[in-house]
Amino acid sequence: MEDVRPKKGKQEILETQEVSLRFGGVEALNGLSFSISPHQIVAIIGPNGAGKTTLLNAITGVHSPDSGEIFFRGMSISKLKPFQIAALGINRTFQQAQLFANMTVVENVMVGMHPKTKSGFLGGVLHLPGERREEDRIREKAEALLDFFGLLPRATWMATYISIAEQKRLEICRAMAGEPQLLLLDEPAAGLNIRETEGLGDLIVKLKERGQTIILVEHNMHLVMSIADWLIVLHHGSKIGEGRPEEMQKDRRVVEAYLGT
Amino acid sequence: MTLSLQIFQFLLSGLTTGSTYALIAIGFSLIHNATGIVNFAQGEFVMLGGMFMITFHSFFKLPMLPSFFLTISCVAAVGLLLERGPIRQSRSKEILILVMITIGASISIKGLSMILWGKNPMTLPPFSGETPFVILGAAIMPQSIWIFGITISVVFALNSFFKGTLTGKAMRAVAASRRSAVLTGIPVNRMILLSFTLSGALGAVAGIILTPITTTSYDVGVMLGLKGFSAAILGGYGSMPGAIVGGLLLGVSESLAAGLISSEYKDALAFLALLAVLFFKPSGILGRGRVRRV
Amino acid sequence: MGKRNKIYLLIYGAIIFTLPALLRNNYHLMVLNVAALNIVIIIGLNLLMGYAGQISLGHAAFFGLGAYLSAIFTTTYGLPIWPTMLLVLIITAMVAYAIGIPTLKLEGHYLVMATLGFNVIIYIIMIQLDTVTGGPSGFAGIPRLRIGGFVFDSDRKIYYLLWTVSSGVLLLSLNLIHSRVGRAMAALSHNETAACCTGIDTQAYKVKIFVISATLASLAGSLYAHYITFISPGSFSIFFSIQVVTMVIVGGIGSLWGGAFGAILLTILPEFLHAVREYNVLAYGLILMVVLIFFPQGLFPGITQVLKKREPLILEKGN
Repeated sequence: MEDVRPKKGKQEILETQEVSLRFGGVEALNGLSFSISPHQIVAIIGPNGAGKTTLLNAITGVHSPDSGEIFFRGMSISKLKPFQIAALGINRTFQQAQLFANMTVVENVMVGMHPKTKSGFLGGVLHLPGERREEDRIREKAEALLDFFGLLPRATWMATYISIAEQKRLEICRAMAGEPQLLLLDEPAAGLNIRETEGLGDLIVKLKERGQTIILVEHNMHLVMSIADWLIVLHHGSKIGEGRPEEMQKDRRVVEAYLGT
Repeated sequence: MTLSLQIFQFLLSGLTTGSTYALIAIGFSLIHNATGIVNFAQGEFVMLGGMFMITFHSFFKLPMLPSFFLTISCVAAVGLLLERGPIRQSRSKEILILVMITIGASISIKGLSMILWGKNPMTLPPFSGETPFVILGAAIMPQSIWIFGITISVVFALNSFFKGTLTGKAMRAVAASRRSAVLTGIPVNRMILLSFTLSGALGAVAGIILTPITTTSYDVGVMLGLKGFSAAILGGYGSMPGAIVGGLLLGVSESLAAGLISSEYKDALAFLALLAVLFFKPSGILGRGRVRRV
Repeated sequence: MGKRNKIYLLIYGAIIFTLPALLRNNYHLMVLNVAALNIVIIIGLNLLMGYAGQISLGHAAFFGLGAYLSAIFTTTYGLPIWPTMLLVLIITAMVAYAIGIPTLKLEGHYLVMATLGFNVIIYIIMIQLDTVTGGPSGFAGIPRLRIGGFVFDSDRKIYYLLWTVSSGVLLLSLNLIHSRVGRAMAALSHNETAACCTGIDTQAYKVKIFVISATLASLAGSLYAHYITFISPGSFSIFFSIQVVTMVIVGGIGSLWGGAFGAILLTILPEFLHAVREYNVLAYGLILMVVLIFFPQGLFPGITQVLKKREPLILEKGN
């Protein structure tokens, strides 16, 4: 079996060092350190309130860490704003799908390509040829992506008129439109039934096989066990264990954290 | 008159107008705390206070005290009707729409006043005569003493209401967290109604005590409302001590600026202060904590 | 911008440009001319409210800046009209930038308060700085617009110019809405956090939209000054700021076509209210409340842009 343990050094795609974040009086992240190698699915699990979503928010710049550092491909991103981090190659989904409800499905994906495209106010206002060409390219790529995600038939529907499972897929599709090197998924299986969750799992694995690095925050242990290459377990904002899924399943500290002592 | 004496004089008159700004600012804060809306009709409550008082006392010749309470009841009723009617009936609960509705209400009230009372300025006789007292060499009108006294009493009354009575505490709960208030069984809608009614009453008081000094007419509401709003932001939007500090500070600065620099631009001062606060310390003078940067 | 909008534009243009032949009364033309300028302001405000999710209660001040600066530079200092207009646009853009940068950083509706304060200050300056602005009695003798030897000295002549400018602004804005920038703005208006995480510099866009909206108001102001040749502070008070925001709401926030019709409707409305004389203020307030209470989505829900389709349609390739 290939060695998926994180190695120190430039091969790391993401590294956190002693990251702490207070949130409304609560120490949501507490000296958290870990690193992630590329081209695998890493699941971050832990009981409620462990700080999983806060971690994603810290990585994507929604909330800056109070102390500690976050490195993406060797570059410090702890002080950057979300749009800068997205442009560098990290895209995410949210716990409750944050789609742009005032736009259609295809337009949501087209917006996802924003950091990779460039026509500005002048091009937009005057509808210059360069802008027109870029628009056609954007539309083609968006449709191709929608096809990969099985959403092409819904392209001109308003984003909130599609089913919940489709909305979650759309959010991932939009995130992929930004051509990220690192994809963060926040509880993508929440609210899905068994069949939909299996479909989601297949999709995530398909993405990994295309070379994508994925961090998955999830509660659904069945999904985690079936697709994750590596597990990081959080509790009260700190890491209490990491390793292969089968190892973590048996780890005493992890079991205690979930069941309480 | 020596400079220091002049300044003292300006200070006194500034505190006088500042007290009324404080009352208006408290009115804004009350409604904002309960609902998140900026009530642009607040200034009209003040105008109505003056107008009703003149109607009851000067036209109908009712004595001072009954006129006072009658006026307050009438304007409180206007506040109540505003909430029960336009605000409650609004199809959209979005803040922008509700704020625009209060603007519509303010225009309507102004228009109605124009019809009922005409366009000419009117005034009230000062409560206890016009002979000024002399304190430390500066002249102070008896009306100013009334203004201080009434403002202080109102502030004390409000304070005991909010800290001491169940209803008052309920209102504070709604301001702190509407959802929690609902969950603990507080009749939130009634608290909102109360906030509008109280704001109406407060506006009326401000109008009544101010009119003998500044006269009133159908269109004074706009500027007074805006200044009271500025005072509220200045002191820290949403807090009562903030409203008081903001109001007094605004009144005094206006008076000093008018007296020492130029009286034509004194109205602009309130808004320059507003911009300065927004640019440098958006949470206001007494405001605690940072306003969240996006 | 989509076939539908192109068709609308053609019909709109056809009606607008044949109207003068049907209207003999110059007063009617004047009202329509003012409506054309109001549309320019409304388009800017619509971009701000519908796409940046911000409200300004001070657009009358930008309108007034355009009017007074153009008036003063061309009349008192004799500078040429068109270059001055460009200069005034730049000045207004800088002022808007200065206001926007600090206030748009903050969460919450601080821009409303800042623009409100700005409006009052400008209004007071217009009244008090009477040696420069003419004070409450206004500023007269503003030169008319001219291109070469051709002077726009009648309501009829200037109608075509103003409506060309107005329709041009509408066309360019429709282009903008349907572009990459337009999508970014729509995303920003709906969900700022998600938009930012998608790679959109939300802060920069909010400021840019605010500056554009202020500049459009200024353009309208300059044209207004050279058209009416007389301006006074009364046209630039908070009340006008409220009126233009109302026009946006009545037309439906975010809908450019709706805004255009809202502007035309509410420009014509006061003309009818003059008939009721002292009741006009009350009537305006009541109408405003009724529309807001019962039609918060605007009076023109059917006239929406291509982007807001609700039913699934066949995918169109290209435009």
